[in-house]
Amino acid sequence: MHAGVKVQIEHVALAFGSTKVLRDIDLLIEPGEFFGLLGPSGCGKSTLLRIIAGFNRAQTGRVRIGGEDITAVPPWNRNVGMVFQSYALWPHMSVAENVAFGLEERRLPRSEVRRKVAEALELVGLAAFAGRRPGQLSGGQQQRVALARTIAVEPRVLLLDEPLSNLDARLRVHMRRELVALQRKLGVTTLFVTHDQEEAMTTCARIALMDQGVIQQVGTPVDLFDRPANRFVAEFVGTINLLHGRLERAAGGGDGVAFLSESAGPLSLPLAEGIPGQGEASIAFRPHGVLVAERASDAARVWLSGTVTEREFLGEFVRYHVRAGTADLIADQPHYFGVRDFPRGAQVRLGIDPGQVRLLQR
Amino acid sequence: MNSRFSTAQAAVALAIAAFLVAFLVYPVLTVVYVAFTNADGTLTFGHFASFMQISLMRESFANSLYVALMTVLVCSLIAVPIAYFTVRFDFRGAVLVQTLGVLPLIMPAFVGASAMQLLFGRSGSVNLLLSAWFDVTVPIMDGLNGVIFVESLHYFPFILMNLTVALANIDTAMEESAQNLGASGLRLFRRVVFPLAMPGYVAGASLVFIKVFDDLGTPLVLNVTNMLAPQAYLRVTSIGIEDPIGYVICFLLVGFSIVAMWGSTLFLRGREYATLQRGATGLARRRLSPWQTAFAYAWIVVVLLLVLSPHIGVLLLSLSKVWSFSVVPEIYTLDNYATVFTDSSRMIGNTLLYCGLAALVDVVIGTAIAYLVLRTRLPGRQILDHLATVALAMPGVVLGIGYLRAFRGIELPFTDTALTASGLIFVLAYSVRRLPYALRSCMAALSQVHVSLEESAQNLGATRARSIRRIVVPLMAGGILAGFVTSFVTAAVEISETILLTSRESLAPMSYGIYLYMQSIAGRGPGAALGVIAVVMVGLGSYASHRYLHGRSIALEAGRPG
Repeated sequence: MHAGVKVQIEHVALAFGSTKVLRDIDLLIEPGEFFGLLGPSGCGKSTLLRIIAGFNRAQTGRVRIGGEDITAVPPWNRNVGMVFQSYALWPHMSVAENVAFGLEERRLPRSEVRRKVAEALELVGLAAFAGRRPGQLSGGQQQRVALARTIAVEPRVLLLDEPLSNLDARLRVHMRRELVALQRKLGVTTLFVTHDQEEAMTTCARIALMDQGVIQQVGTPVDLFDRPANRFVAEFVGTINLLHGRLERAAGGGDGVAFLSESAGPLSLPLAEGIPGQGEASIAFRPHGVLVAERASDAARVWLSGTVTEREFLGEFVRYHVRAGTADLIADQPHYFGVRDFPRGAQVRLGIDPGQVRLLQR
Repeated sequence: MNSRFSTAQAAVALAIAAFLVAFLVYPVLTVVYVAFTNADGTLTFGHFASFMQISLMRESFANSLYVALMTVLVCSLIAVPIAYFTVRFDFRGAVLVQTLGVLPLIMPAFVGASAMQLLFGRSGSVNLLLSAWFDVTVPIMDGLNGVIFVESLHYFPFILMNLTVALANIDTAMEESAQNLGASGLRLFRRVVFPLAMPGYVAGASLVFIKVFDDLGTPLVLNVTNMLAPQAYLRVTSIGIEDPIGYVICFLLVGFSIVAMWGSTLFLRGREYATLQRGATGLARRRLSPWQTAFAYAWIVVVLLLVLSPHIGVLLLSLSKVWSFSVVPEIYTLDNYATVFTDSSRMIGNTLLYCGLAALVDVVIGTAIAYLVLRTRLPGRQILDHLATVALAMPGVVLGIGYLRAFRGIELPFTDTALTASGLIFVLAYSVRRLPYALRSCMAALSQVHVSLEESAQNLGATRARSIRRIVVPLMAGGILAGFVTSFVTAAVEISETILLTSRESLAPMSYGIYLYMQSIAGRGPGAALGVIAVVMVGLGSYASHRYLHGRSIALEAGRPG
């Protein structure tokens, strides 16, 4: 296995007719990294993967693997392994024949093909199924065959195109752990395309979040969650409250600023590093950083008044939808035995922890 | 891809285009050209004027139209009730109906025609019985009636099958929502069910029209010559290849076929409703009331008997020593088969050779076109598809005459044989005319093979050519085989081109042999025996490919990821 090859994507752009699918994509994927391409459907993530595999050709820009420019190399000479969303197992071949295919195409001696097929099937725990046809396997087993077929040829890079989306929820969690374990064992640079943020955040060391053919942010899952670069990232990753408004210097020249929300009214915030003194801005804060109480208690928090419009009981926590001014805010309260519960229509105070508030430029 | 296509793709496309232009477009255009020009090459409508001045020609024209339209009508009368029963009602006759859909097609109309004469003709079995019992006779096989009768029994499955599929694809919810909004009974049928099934009916009916309008074999065997196709054949063979009236007729045949095909395409455009929602079933089935059941079964049994009559007739004829003026043959014998095997084994061999080669050419070209159209971005690739499909509307008479005229004087390289006097001309003619069947089959097969199956092969190191060979073609194998069989069996019973292109008996295929035998009273027995052999061949071929395809589609279905 080619442990540790770097993948560089430089100024890649592609349009189908007048639809810009990818605009000036720049990415550096570190050797051996488990890297995620995350985004809503149609954001261009699969197209980018197909460009790396050679099935689509970028109109501008280049792709380098291990420093080598492969932009003009046909798919069959790239040695980039791809696991397809549909698995694309050949129904007219047995499991072993499927896995042997790539090795045969590389003209390896028969004995070596046999050895490597056995190894790959062993690795995914399907040694006993070598003689079966793909149609006789379950979805999870087919997925493993697709994986075995790809890693058998020891590709320089492993591309996974929504490999778990055809599995049921339980199996998906199980397979994603196996995938991570396997990748760790092989050490191969891996690109993982998914629209499922939980899948991306639990498996990937770093994630590129894409929307409308543009990379919105690249970072670790924690980066994306805690320091969203823009509104799209903030809203896509997890659940978040967003308020739009203006920043103004606090009256009296203190060390705070006033945020005048268009919908929820004025909020005073401490002036933190990197926050401009004034101008148009949005603030974002997570529901679990908001306290729901009968009256304002903790002076360190910023308090708003509102009415509970919806209450969803989710077991571990209760999600309140609260109308404050004209803003609809979400607050998650941990639930445990005996905790105070607020019914629909209750007048409440929302306590926002200023340390958890992120400021976004408009 | 950087460039949108490779040079190899372009080369293959050009080679196919050259083949189609040389052996489809050029002969047909030659026919049209001759119809519109004088001997010195100047444009003229004089040939048309002469055509219209000959009363036999006017009569033939009217007769051909009449026969084609009447056949569509009779086919509809037979097929519409059956299609409706099967789809609409909880009816246990599905096997019978499927049989009805296949049986007529494996018996070429011109083969069955002689037997029908013996069964339903003026002094045939039925009329002998009728006059003995009731002192009446039915002139069902007289003149044009005979052609309509024989063609209807042969071609109604086209309407039956298309209509059944169309009806079966109507979602219950379509009907139920209409009922929910207050429609019922005939209004429901007229406003919802019928319009939704219309595309299927039109597709079938236009095909029947074209086939009957262009048919040469059936009228000739029934000795009806005052129709267009027989007249074209007679003009060209008796007056000569130079006679312009023959070409005028050919132009009319081509024109009407293209108009019918184009008209149905126009009608169907935008009406190919995807009516079946995911997981839904066809129209709700209802129980038949006892008298409805009786009527349905009676109808189907009557049609089945009629459909079987040419089969039974041909079989009896092939086993009879003499059969005339009697209800059934009086003396039975196997001599006819012996005669056929000693005298005509060469023709059987010729058929296997010509049709085998033609079908091979068809599946190779069919696979190539399917791949170019569905898997590449080669500019103009659709043209190949359209061009190949146009062959469907090309009457065999026209192509036959076109070949004789366009390729006269052309000799095969390294021999002294003229192309038109060689076996090769059959291979070319059959392959061009049967290409649409093979092409549809290959297209259907390839569209079932998901692109990712090919891409994964390329991803693992297989070049485009290798992934086609190792993945695409094996996965298409069923469809390719079905295409081969369809091309082969339909070519084996082709008669229009065959009659025209047979220059010597030693080159003739068995369809010509059947036709030739049927010309004389004494030859009917051996002709029928040869017909039985042809029908068995066609039947077994169709059955085998159907069985293979069926098993295959189940296997592939199971192989699809969940």
